[in-house]
Amino acid sequence: MSLEPQELIHLESKIGRKPTKTELQIVAAEWSEHCSYKSSRIHLKMLPMTGPRVIFEKGFDSGILDVGDDYVVTIHIESHNHPSAVEPYGGAATGVGGVIRDILSTGTRPIAVLDGLRFGNIEKDSHARWLFKNAVMGIADYGNCLGIPTIGGEVEFDDCYTNYALVDVVAIGFGKKDRLIKNRAKKGDIVILLGGSTGRDGIGGSQFASNSLESDDRSAVQIPDPFIEKLIIEAILEARNQKLIKAMKDLGGGGLSCAISEIADSLSVGIELDVNKVHSREPNMNTDEIMTSESQERMLIITDKTKLEKLQEICNKFQIKCSVIGKVTSKKIMKVKKGKKSFANLPVSVVAHAPLLDRPAIKPKYLELIQKEKKFKTPKNLSNILLKILSSPNMANKNWVYGQYDHEVGIRTVVKPGHDASVLRLDNGKFLAVKLDGNPKQCYLNPREGAIGCFEEACRNVVCSGANPIGMVDHLQFGNPENPEIFWTFLESLKGLTDFAKYFKIPCVGGKVSFYNETPKGPIKPSPLICVLGLMDKKHHQLQTISNDDLIVLIGTTKNELGGSEYFEYTHNFVGGHCPVVDFKTSKANMNAVLELIKKGWIKVAHDCSKGGLACAVSELCMQTRIGCNISLEKIPSDKLFEDRLLFSESHSRYLLVLERKNLKQIQSFLERKTVLFNVIGKFVGDHILFQKDSKTVIKLSVDKAQKSWMNSLEELVLHG
Amino acid sequence: MKVGIVVFPGSNCDRDMYHVLTEIFNLDTKFFWHEKNLPKEIDAVILPGGFSYGDRLRAGIIAAHSPIIKDVKKLASSGIPILGVCNGFQILVESGLLPGALLKNNSLSFMCQWTNLIVENNKTPFTNKLKLHQKIPIPIANGEGRYYADDLTLKKLEKNNQIVFRYSEMVNGSSLRIAGICNVNGNVLGMMPHPERAIESEINPIDNKPSALIFESLLNSIGIQN
Repeated sequence: MSLEPQELIHLESKIGRKPTKTELQIVAAEWSEHCSYKSSRIHLKMLPMTGPRVIFEKGFDSGILDVGDDYVVTIHIESHNHPSAVEPYGGAATGVGGVIRDILSTGTRPIAVLDGLRFGNIEKDSHARWLFKNAVMGIADYGNCLGIPTIGGEVEFDDCYTNYALVDVVAIGFGKKDRLIKNRAKKGDIVILLGGSTGRDGIGGSQFASNSLESDDRSAVQIPDPFIEKLIIEAILEARNQKLIKAMKDLGGGGLSCAISEIADSLSVGIELDVNKVHSREPNMNTDEIMTSESQERMLIITDKTKLEKLQEICNKFQIKCSVIGKVTSKKIMKVKKGKKSFANLPVSVVAHAPLLDRPAIKPKYLELIQKEKKFKTPKNLSNILLKILSSPNMANKNWVYGQYDHEVGIRTVVKPGHDASVLRLDNGKFLAVKLDGNPKQCYLNPREGAIGCFEEACRNVVCSGANPIGMVDHLQFGNPENPEIFWTFLESLKGLTDFAKYFKIPCVGGKVSFYNETPKGPIKPSPLICVLGLMDKKHHQLQTISNDDLIVLIGTTKNELGGSEYFEYTHNFVGGHCPVVDFKTSKANMNAVLELIKKGWIKVAHDCSKGGLACAVSELCMQTRIGCNISLEKIPSDKLFEDRLLFSESHSRYLLVLERKNLKQIQSFLERKTVLFNVIGKFVGDHILFQKDSKTVIKLSVDKAQKSWMNSLEELVLHG
Repeated sequence: MKVGIVVFPGSNCDRDMYHVLTEIFNLDTKFFWHEKNLPKEIDAVILPGGFSYGDRLRAGIIAAHSPIIKDVKKLASSGIPILGVCNGFQILVESGLLPGALLKNNSLSFMCQWTNLIVENNKTPFTNKLKLHQKIPIPIANGEGRYYADDLTLKKLEKNNQIVFRYSEMVNGSSLRIAGICNVNGNVLGMMPHPERAIESEINPIDNKPSALIFESLLNSIGIQN
């Protein structure tokens, strides 16, 4: 664990002397990329972060959105990639634990979790299967035990994650606005460490995550204990109700070093602490180990001395430990002692503010080499190709994953996993829609348009449930930022997201940047992940039963945009082509039209058309309702395209609407008024998924056969290889 | 008239159960921390689902030694209706109030899905408003939900009409597809599926009326008209 030479010079000039060994450890933890965002911070400012619903207070670890009636929703996203790649069970589990404590630290109850998971090719690679299986189990065991439902997420497989894993976790909280922890402190307040004991696990974890993964450093991986976390949640919420907490922070990356310096800096105070007072799980831990341990399930609390007794009572009830480890001082200094001996004495502003970097960015050469077009013969048997794509690991139903997660506990889950967006009911009668999306295949071909596409896709899903997007969190995951080509891809993605967020007035209320996602084989593809929250004021759009003879309307244009598509990559093994591009104006018009139609109650179902293209989107509806369809390809609003491209293009801003015939006229005139491009492309009928062109059959696939394969193929693959 | 919900460290369906009892059925409901005593004049006791003590050693076994279990046993023997759901069922089994054991599911993993129950005994305080063989759509969410008992015990269960609910089809490998059983007197019921998650139409994608009858039966048996 160390600082870069120029960082050491910077530190010495700031404090006017050589740092002690402990000081060096503390600063190295806080100045790691993971904790300091030193490569990204100057650029992240471009994102719009304010809006009428956004509540901002200093020291908050989560984004907060006002959802009316004196209630707030909190949201945060984190990843645990490096640990999960080495020890998937513990890495994924502690990833869930960490982000949940961020929600808790604002004083809100965590009410839901979503996961974005990415692994190598599980069809060929048994190690990728092992990582996948154990990461899912880790998430399940942790979230289930806490009684926080895992309500959704996404899973994707790509060769670029071979021997690696991306485990992203979004947590959502809900609470009363007036119970938010305000984060205030004054001289004489006490500093308390509550929860799990401090051990030698996870030492240097944040630094481990700030390098490329070249070693299996298991001691840098934390050990999960969901039972303690559950007790902490209940104890903290009880303490919150009794107003016993003035300021609070979760201990995450960088352990005590980061928590102390960051909270002191944000509250403009100093903190003096004695490591002898920290309850530890093993004897003879030295000061440096205690300061940088990333043992889980720990919270830092600042409060008035008079509140201690009541806080102790609550901790006794739940049998969790709570130690007074220090006090708040007026001088903005972070002082670390062991008994009487001083080990560190640093200005908090120095520790909490790493020297920021303005890294060079160069457009990567690989982008010039990507083939923009490749002529394929239209395959003869498109029915078989559709079946193969529906059963592929990326497209197959993920019931094997979410069936292991308790997604019902808390009795809020109105729309359960497996649909476009998950929907939760809130105590004020409103509904919250949530969707997490990523698309590294498209982001690789075009980091800007790919990132925008993820954002739009998440919005489309939220809109399909009838909700208005009100906020987003992003997770930007890239390789080594010291490589100007990789840094360029990061900036491009960020700029794209910023433009979209500004145009649609969707504030970014939180996020995370994770660099150094590399394996000995090289960097991962640019992997931004976007989670969008949507709000519905009244009764949500009910999922209605689709019946025979219901019509299918397609909104939006299908273009020659198959770059990064399942069809190109999975069927033809071709990495190239045109990445789908979102036209902001069309996107907005289509989004608003769909929302209005849902609110009017004129349509039965709205379904997003994305990965796998129109063919898969239609098939998904057929397989879910067990009714066939008859679609006429010549009716699809599109560029001039061959059948295979019409079927599998992944153009954005497209929606499938299902409606009763009697509503068609009013819907048509409504959409014409809104100048939205659309057409009736077919209807539900029979027991086959049928695509025709000029009355000639292009695809004919039994719904039953497709459904079985789609439902079971992932489990088959994971359990039996 | 009072219903008590027992809260153990790690219970996590306690608040859901409370919501249903108070908001839907207007029952005077109180939480009881596992170290406290239960009042004698209570009408019914519910052991909610969750992961008491993090399922350490074995699901339900540590909670079965909590101080409050003494009171639960006393109330059980005096005929007060006692309901254990999911982890609550596991605790009832581990405390000896119900026979058998709950083992890891056949799939060896946690299972969260909707299934159907068949009512096999409609004479208990929790099923008296249901029809015999009525179907109840309901979710399960457990890792150790496979009911097991030796042949002799199973025979006794059948003979005494103690099998209250069966799964309509095999979901997890339970003996005789058992999803819920009662004691010989019928006042102590343990069930793995979660009725509290199926009561409201908003979150029940199929039909919420049958599972609501479980709670209406309880109201009926403690003399409250709903």
